[in-house]
Amino acid sequence: MENMKEKEQMKSLEDIFEAKIARDEKIEPKDWMPEKYRKTHIRQISQHAHSEIVGMLPEGNWITRAPSLRRKVALLAKVQDEAGHGLYLYSACETLGISREELYHQLHSGKAKYSSIFNYPTLTWADIGAIGWLVDGAAIINQVPLCSTSFGPYARAMVRVCKEESFHQRQGYEIMMTLCNGTQEQKDMAQDALNRWWWPSLMMLGPTDDESTHTEQSMKWKLKRKTNDELRQQFIDQTVPQADILGLKVPDEDLKYNNETGHYDFGEIDWEEFWQVVKGHGMCNKERISARKNAWDKGEWVRDAAIAYADKQTEKEVKEAV
Amino acid sequence: MTNENLIQYIYGIADNSLILGQRISELCGHGPTLETDIAMTNMALDLLGQTRSYYQYVAELSSKDITEDDVAFLRTEREYKNVLLVEQPNTDFAYIIVRQYFFDVFHFMLLKELENSKNVNFQAIAKKSLKEVSYHKRFSGDWLKRLGDGTEESKQKAQKAVDDLWVYTDELFHMTDHDKKVAEAGYGVDVTIFKTAYYETITALLKEATLNIPDVKYFQKGGKNGIHTEHMGFILSDMQYMQRTYPDMKW
Repeated sequence: MENMKEKEQMKSLEDIFEAKIARDEKIEPKDWMPEKYRKTHIRQISQHAHSEIVGMLPEGNWITRAPSLRRKVALLAKVQDEAGHGLYLYSACETLGISREELYHQLHSGKAKYSSIFNYPTLTWADIGAIGWLVDGAAIINQVPLCSTSFGPYARAMVRVCKEESFHQRQGYEIMMTLCNGTQEQKDMAQDALNRWWWPSLMMLGPTDDESTHTEQSMKWKLKRKTNDELRQQFIDQTVPQADILGLKVPDEDLKYNNETGHYDFGEIDWEEFWQVVKGHGMCNKERISARKNAWDKGEWVRDAAIAYADKQTEKEVKEAV
Repeated sequence: MTNENLIQYIYGIADNSLILGQRISELCGHGPTLETDIAMTNMALDLLGQTRSYYQYVAELSSKDITEDDVAFLRTEREYKNVLLVEQPNTDFAYIIVRQYFFDVFHFMLLKELENSKNVNFQAIAKKSLKEVSYHKRFSGDWLKRLGDGTEESKQKAQKAVDDLWVYTDELFHMTDHDKKVAEAGYGVDVTIFKTAYYETITALLKEATLNIPDVKYFQKGGKNGIHTEHMGFILSDMQYMQRTYPDMKW
């Protein structure tokens, strides 16, 4: 009898929850939600937050070597924005009942994933342009639909993230444009960067639909509004004309505009490479995680000091009050 | 006072901002918390922004056709006039904070005076920078208190950083011949007038942070005359890499 009642209650909670999502209303942290919804959101939001802070590293690699003061300041500000994105995404994630320490632990232990593209090295200044243009470009395509996702804190964080990302993308494109209007050496640098970042950027939109494990459920919860393949096509259609304007050649022999479909046809993606990098065999996987872990471990005594100091201050205040 | 006096005087101020900004930039993405990472990057941004204003003014004053980037990236080591303090490495968070605090207090007092310069460029830069630097001073001062009066470990680390970096504080108050000429003309600042106030301020904060004041008889100097520690060459080879490898290009 008891059991029946519980089941009924659960059913009605689930009905309310699903009706809310269907009405495009937001789910807020204090609302009831199925455990699977909570877990999926912790996974996705934290993965997103981790990508932001790991993503600071390849670009941070060029801050001290930026070629002009203006570029140095712009790059610093950009990487700082990524830290800000990480901060509000972690905060959004924390509303689901998990601590930031735990989230960091998942990143450092390899349990949590981050965007694989950040495991590629940044070799020249043009990579900073290419990352802004392509990687932030692909990120925006992934993220714009999330501004209307069902979980309130995530959707609100994404509105701000997307605004800044679109600024970053323009900034990256402007770096590429400057290089392409420069000397032959600079043009070559830009072409080389496009050659190396093009395919990983396409992979960033995720595995093909038949390989993607989370799509169906995520669609229902509005965590996803288009499939990976649709997003990838959108990215290619939007980016190829931009490469044309730069006078650069997209490194795909099979790339061709299809008059019938109104889209670009493109070549085979090397998914073997994608999965190898996901599994930890990219050029910089180890460096990225150890840099994050190192920052956290070396910062422990600093965080401890801040807590100890704050405790002492509170103690003093209490004494004074007495 | 010649233009050269004025340019050299500006290097004495702006190179501090550039090199410290460059040093802090190294930390971006590696801070002990995300919040401190963001705050430190802000300080680097402020310092580099100030640097640009000064160097743009140098480019105006110079008889050669140069830009802010020529000034920042194409001088040789002996031509940089920053104090030794700002080029010291990011040994650990205690060094970073102590270096910052020792510099911030000086920087704030300098700008307070520079605001009254007869030179409108200096007035404007000082006015804008003061807002930024008063925040830097609060950030580094608050952290120094936390480290000094935090745990036993943080206290030891903070004390070591104070002991090691104290020897670089005296140089902040050295005046080169250029500095003296520019100060006499009412454009520059006679920094010796706030030396006592500087040491009173930092001593008071160190006491509050339960740290000892080092008993130092001999101070390091040289940066203001372009004689730097060995760290400087590496900072420059990193910072100047692009400009040296690909000369005369637009970025």
